[in-house]
Amino acid sequence: MGVEEENGTLAKIVPSAEQQFSDELDIKIKKYLRGEGADLEALRDKKLKGQLAVREDLYGKSAKAAAKAEKWLMPTEGGYLEAEGVEKTWRIKQETIAREVDILSSRNQYDIILPDLGPYTLDFTSSGRYMTVGGRKGHLAIVDMKNMNLIKELQVRETVRDVVFLHNELFFAAAQKKYPYIYSRDGTELHCLKEHGAVLRLQFLKNHFLLASVNKFGQLHYQDVTMGEMVGNYRTGLGRTDVMQVNPFNGVLALGHSGGTVSMWKPTSSAPLLKILCHHGPVSALAFHRNGHVMATAGKEKKVKLWDLRKLDRELQELPCHAKTLDFSQKGLLACGSGSRVQILGDFSGTQNYSRYMNHSIVKGYQIGKLLFRPYEDVLGIGHSMGWSSILIPGSGEPNFDSWVANPFETSKQRREKEVRSLLDKLPPETIMLDPTKIGTVRPAKKKEKPTKHERETEMEAAVEAAKDTEFKKKTKGRNKPSKKVKKRQEIIAKARKPFLEQHMKEEEQLSRKKQRISEVELPVSLQRFARKNAST
Amino acid sequence: MKVKVISRSTDEFTRERSQDLQRVFRNFDPNIRTQEKAVEYVRALNAAKLEKIFARPFVGAMDGHIDAVSCMAKNPNHLKGIFSGSMDGDIRLWDIASRRTVCKFPGHQGAVKGLAASTDGRLLVSCGTDCTVRLWNVPSSDLMETNDSAEKSAQPLDEYVWKNAFWAVDHQWEGDRFATAGAGVHIWNHNKSVPERSFEWGTDTVISVRFNPGEPNVLATTATDRSIVLYDLRMSSEVTKLIMRTRCNSIAWNPMEPINFTAANEDCNCYSYDARKLDEAKCVHKDHVSAVMDIDYSPTGREFVTGSYDRTVRIFPFNGGHSREIYHTKRMQRVFCVKFSCDATYVISGSDDTNLRLWKAKASEQLGVLLPREQKRHEYHEAVKNRYKHLPEVKRIVRHRHLPKPIYKAVALRRTMTEAERRREERRKAHSTPGSVTTEPLRQKRIIKVAE
Repeated sequence: MGVEEENGTLAKIVPSAEQQFSDELDIKIKKYLRGEGADLEALRDKKLKGQLAVREDLYGKSAKAAAKAEKWLMPTEGGYLEAEGVEKTWRIKQETIAREVDILSSRNQYDIILPDLGPYTLDFTSSGRYMTVGGRKGHLAIVDMKNMNLIKELQVRETVRDVVFLHNELFFAAAQKKYPYIYSRDGTELHCLKEHGAVLRLQFLKNHFLLASVNKFGQLHYQDVTMGEMVGNYRTGLGRTDVMQVNPFNGVLALGHSGGTVSMWKPTSSAPLLKILCHHGPVSALAFHRNGHVMATAGKEKKVKLWDLRKLDRELQELPCHAKTLDFSQKGLLACGSGSRVQILGDFSGTQNYSRYMNHSIVKGYQIGKLLFRPYEDVLGIGHSMGWSSILIPGSGEPNFDSWVANPFETSKQRREKEVRSLLDKLPPETIMLDPTKIGTVRPAKKKEKPTKHERETEMEAAVEAAKDTEFKKKTKGRNKPSKKVKKRQEIIAKARKPFLEQHMKEEEQLSRKKQRISEVELPVSLQRFARKNAST
Repeated sequence: MKVKVISRSTDEFTRERSQDLQRVFRNFDPNIRTQEKAVEYVRALNAAKLEKIFARPFVGAMDGHIDAVSCMAKNPNHLKGIFSGSMDGDIRLWDIASRRTVCKFPGHQGAVKGLAASTDGRLLVSCGTDCTVRLWNVPSSDLMETNDSAEKSAQPLDEYVWKNAFWAVDHQWEGDRFATAGAGVHIWNHNKSVPERSFEWGTDTVISVRFNPGEPNVLATTATDRSIVLYDLRMSSEVTKLIMRTRCNSIAWNPMEPINFTAANEDCNCYSYDARKLDEAKCVHKDHVSAVMDIDYSPTGREFVTGSYDRTVRIFPFNGGHSREIYHTKRMQRVFCVKFSCDATYVISGSDDTNLRLWKAKASEQLGVLLPREQKRHEYHEAVKNRYKHLPEVKRIVRHRHLPKPIYKAVALRRTMTEAERRREERRKAHSTPGSVTTEPLRQKRIIKVAE
């Protein structure tokens, strides 16, 4: 009896633990499934259905395997900051955090004060290992962030507006007074990109090896840095702007304009993919979430708005916050910087409702110019008017890196191999589109091109009926006569009918022309030499 | 307050000694790989291009015969050896690895028309137009290993003379019988000088014979009266006869699905049949532009090779209507016989120009022992190519083959002809009473009758 009871309780307990485990696994699997599977029920082709079912099954299995392997492959846990009792996370100061964390991490809190050559802008490599900084008055430097070594420092004696790393730390581009330049790691000037003009903002598209720039005249340039080919050169026609950001998810470039619009561009079309009116004043900053669906914009009217790029009819959230610069971290924290204050927002409910997470103030009077999260670290880099600083933001970085994607501990041999590999995988500029998952899918069946005669007639009749029912305003002085009214009504009906008739006539004409072309009989070869070459001669 | 930040010590993430392997960390999160679909597509494209670059199927020619190669036989018990017989009565055993003649079997007066090796690989049966069947002892494989360049010649074990010229021979898969084809089908035994049994159905010459690999007593033959006949040795007479519009030159059983066989037809097509249901072909394999002379299945049963009078060798999937691969060289003349090697990696063709040619079954396959990494890379390339094979650019590159001009023109001509035929059929159908004209599918069209 007792044994049976024990068995009973065991049976009760075990499934719940298993259940919990499988629920966790389900959540993890969902991440690797990359969206929902195809709907196979609608298919009529049995063979194709069978093949696709096998394929879908395989996807499910691989997602499951990836989720299960996570436990072993991802040794590092993410950072976090939790308040206890009456504490609030946004009241916790950097000094308190520094006291709690290990020495290695607390080294990431520092301020470099260089008052002479300021305001500074900065950029990290995709692995977060190297940082390049550019001072407005011509100071360029590359820093190895692992051991805080200054690799190279140079003074170009010219205004520097922006710096950006190319595909690895060996090359970086700086937007200088008249043209952007490309430098190697040891400070040698490699190229002067004169075609770009006086560039205000630079961005590098890693997968496509494209250097994108926007210059003083609002011209957008895309240059392939491997072959040097100018891929695109477009006038935005929306005025001067220095707000530019690449959406890492699909490679689409977004520009924020002084009219409050944000326009999105790809290198293969001269017109923007879309334009959104985001703010009532000028747009001051832009940032994209890593998953590509969330965009944050900041306007000069002291508002930060979050947008879902799949549903642009209204913003997700509007925050009363002044931001001169915005950046999303790998884990989805949003940093807004203005004046000498940095505010970190986080989405903790999972419902895309951002609330404040941390605050930080640098020395009063320093003006923040650029905020950038360091990839794969819980660190936020701040470029300001008096140098640059770095603070700790627990939970901002992706804790586990992939050696084949971005490796902070990369050796030079690995870097060389990766360069070759990434060049082999270089994407053509045509692959930049709003929905990159469309590549390799089937285009949905086109709608019928021509409406049938019957359809056209019914449509015309409906239009005529609608025109007949129009109510007239009461007019005065002889204009309201029944005869006038009838005339007017006839006019309206004719007007409604007109486009249909025109369409019909055009088609007829085309058809007759085609017929004529066919009816021009070709002479047999033997007689062709007697035919006149031209009617006039 | 509880706080933790990411902190990586260099020691944990790098190797301890310079002799160690570099540490590799993986994170399969889709979010850190942006535009992975586009990247995969580019890789598929590159893989397709690489495949084209490395497509060098021709391994080498084996010359030595002084007349056209008429037949070949592979030794089921020895991977490297292949027998070939030529029109001048010469039979040779070749070492595929070194592409040399190992042994000669002289004796036939006229053309050698059929060769077959027993399943244990000890006995070779040859027959020819001089009305003789000869049995030979196959030299042991260690003799083949010895590296002396002198060719040996063997003496026949037995020589049986019969009334008519022979066209083909095949050995039973298990047991000691073999069948010859000629004026009729004769079943012989290793140790009797006259046939055990004889079958004759009609008066026409039987031109090829093949035993079923699964059922040792079943064999299929083709004859000049355009028929394919199935025999069962346990029964007194033939089982089924199928008559087609044109004759079949050769026949091959699928070794993995021994109920199915494929016949190489004069009308440029190959027809796969289910032996139980002969009123309709399972699949019609079109692509050749002249009569298909010989056919042989891969030991995997997934594809077969055909040699044709149009001077090309093609490889077809067993269930696909069109060929996967076409092999041709400027010097290769009419192909009379083809064989798949016993490990399914090579194809051997024997042609009118007295040469045997050795081809790779997969044109771009890397030969030799592969490192696991190389193996993985090949597998990955294959997978991405397969995934994006429907996209126009990838499809174009993968499908493209250079064709000799006569073949290219003949293909175009045949296309116009079939198209015209189809159109005429369509019009006839449109202008007659509904239901009076029926279109037969190609799978049935070429069959005249099936007799039990």
